[in-house]
Amino acid sequence: MIPGKFEYHVPADVGQAAALLRHYDGEAKILAGGQSLIPMMRFRLAQPEHLIDLSKVPGLSYIEERDGHLAIGALTTESELEHNATIRDRYPILKDATDVIADPLVRNLATVGGNIAHADPANDHPAVLLALRADVVATGVDGHRVIPIDEFFLDTFVTGLEPDEILTEIRIPTAKSGTGSAYLKLERKVGDYAIGAVAVSMVVRDGVIAEAGVAMTNVSPYPVRAVQTEAALVGRPATAATFAAAAETASQECEPSGDNRGPEEYKRAVIRTLAERAFSLAAERAN
Amino acid sequence: MSKVPVSMTINGETYSGDVEPRMLLVHFIREVAGLTGTHIGCDTTSCGACTIQLDGMPIKSCTMFAVQANGHSLKTVEGLATGAEMHPIQEGFMVNHGLQCGYCTPGMMMTSLALLAENPNPSELEIRTAISGNLCRCTGYVNIVRSIQYAADKMREPELAAAGQGD
Ligand SMILES: Cc1cc2nc3c(=O)[nH]c(=O)nc-3n(C[C@H](O)[C@H](O)[C@H](O)COP(=O)(O)OP(=O)(O)OC[C@H]3O[C@@H](n4cnc5c(N)ncnc54)[C@H](O)[C@@H]3O)c2cc1C
Ligand code: FES
Ligand code: FES
Repeated sequence: MIPGKFEYHVPADVGQAAALLRHYDGEAKILAGGQSLIPMMRFRLAQPEHLIDLSKVPGLSYIEERDGHLAIGALTTESELEHNATIRDRYPILKDATDVIADPLVRNLATVGGNIAHADPANDHPAVLLALRADVVATGVDGHRVIPIDEFFLDTFVTGLEPDEILTEIRIPTAKSGTGSAYLKLERKVGDYAIGAVAVSMVVRDGVIAEAGVAMTNVSPYPVRAVQTEAALVGRPATAATFAAAAETASQECEPSGDNRGPEEYKRAVIRTLAERAFSLAAERAN
Repeated sequence: MSKVPVSMTINGETYSGDVEPRMLLVHFIREVAGLTGTHIGCDTTSCGACTIQLDGMPIKSCTMFAVQANGHSLKTVEGLATGAEMHPIQEGFMVNHGLQCGYCTPGMMMTSLALLAENPNPSELEIRTAISGNLCRCTGYVNIVRSIQYAADKMREPELAAAGQGD
């Protein structure tokens, strides 16, 4: 199918891109990898009047550890994350996630910034970044601001970005010693969105879970941290019994709805199993 | 909404035209450049029949606008053979029955080409992972995997022969 008509803009820097967003006030959309936006435009679920292509904006594609965090430029592609040594060695949860996002061809174009700016509860990065307690950097005509990830996802497809703001960077706190993380997803086939998935990052000290971040994919109207499940982990010993009990909490805390990926009860069972496995894998990696 | 000029290199030749920004790259390739080897198999970015290489990277050309490829260098299935001589990947698909209806084949071959450029001796798992965005409704994939292994072996022949001579 053919998308609706639009005018195409190719700004040379972030300032120009933000100025265009402001000028077209709600009529324009950013085009990053296009792997969510173009499919939506082909179904006319999105019909922006103006597209602002960021491909000629330099300096938005990088993966760097600095100032106490891992900084990821918004235009970094899933393939770049997938093949990055720092990610593989120090942030295994991100590697777990990129490996199961879409397929290798889509991953060559899809960007991390686009994955979260889209705010689709079916996308995989939101849960991962919630579990990691990341920050998001938004840049507008008047400068930058940092949005904590907990304040970023407001509703289905709705973020805390202002209409004239561009997501420019994602900041993940540097992994402390004793940190283990994992992302486990069940999908019907490669390239499908999650039936359910669980993201966890935990700090284990002397056998006790000192900190935990947990979030889930495609089992709530919008991406949100699973605070009850986190509470079921923190302060408890990193043992199979703790993980089983916390996984039970996760299966209660999520809010799946039945669809062609399965009924609600099935999804709760999937979450219970994935959560238990993700918690033990994260604990194993913490050592 | 006015048309915009675009120009790109496909298989070493320059193709230019004035297009609507909403024109998908696959339509530019098939209808403006007239290279109909690249197929369209779905509306949902699922099948990979439209796979081409953009600056050496395999992508789905149905999920990019032609204007985004302005100034870039593309390769399509028509760019594989040298005159009448088939590329080892094409030969591999022929010898191993890597195709039946052939609809997925151009995309499969463009993905394989990129895989072998990056990883000249892939394992079966690496091959299956690489082609996981390309769907085939006919073959069951076994012969596609064999075709790619054949191509990998053939493309490494000169290197293996040189190593052999060194013994
Ligand atoms: C077949 C298929 C399977 C997929 N499977 C999965 C999957 O399993 N898991 C998953 O997580 N994703 C999946 N995706 C989605 C894919 O990962 C998306 O491409 C990605 O989520 C969006 O990134 P993008 O760069 O393509 O964004 P685009 O499509 O370019 O943009 C998406 C939205 O975000 C906005 N946007 C993009 N970048 C910015 C920015 N820097 N600042 C402000 N706004 C911005 C755009 O305006 C648009 O509204 C799949 C896609 C396809 C086609
Ligand atoms: S035509 Fe199916 S993925 Fe492009
Ligand atoms: S040969 Fe028919 S789809 Fe692959």
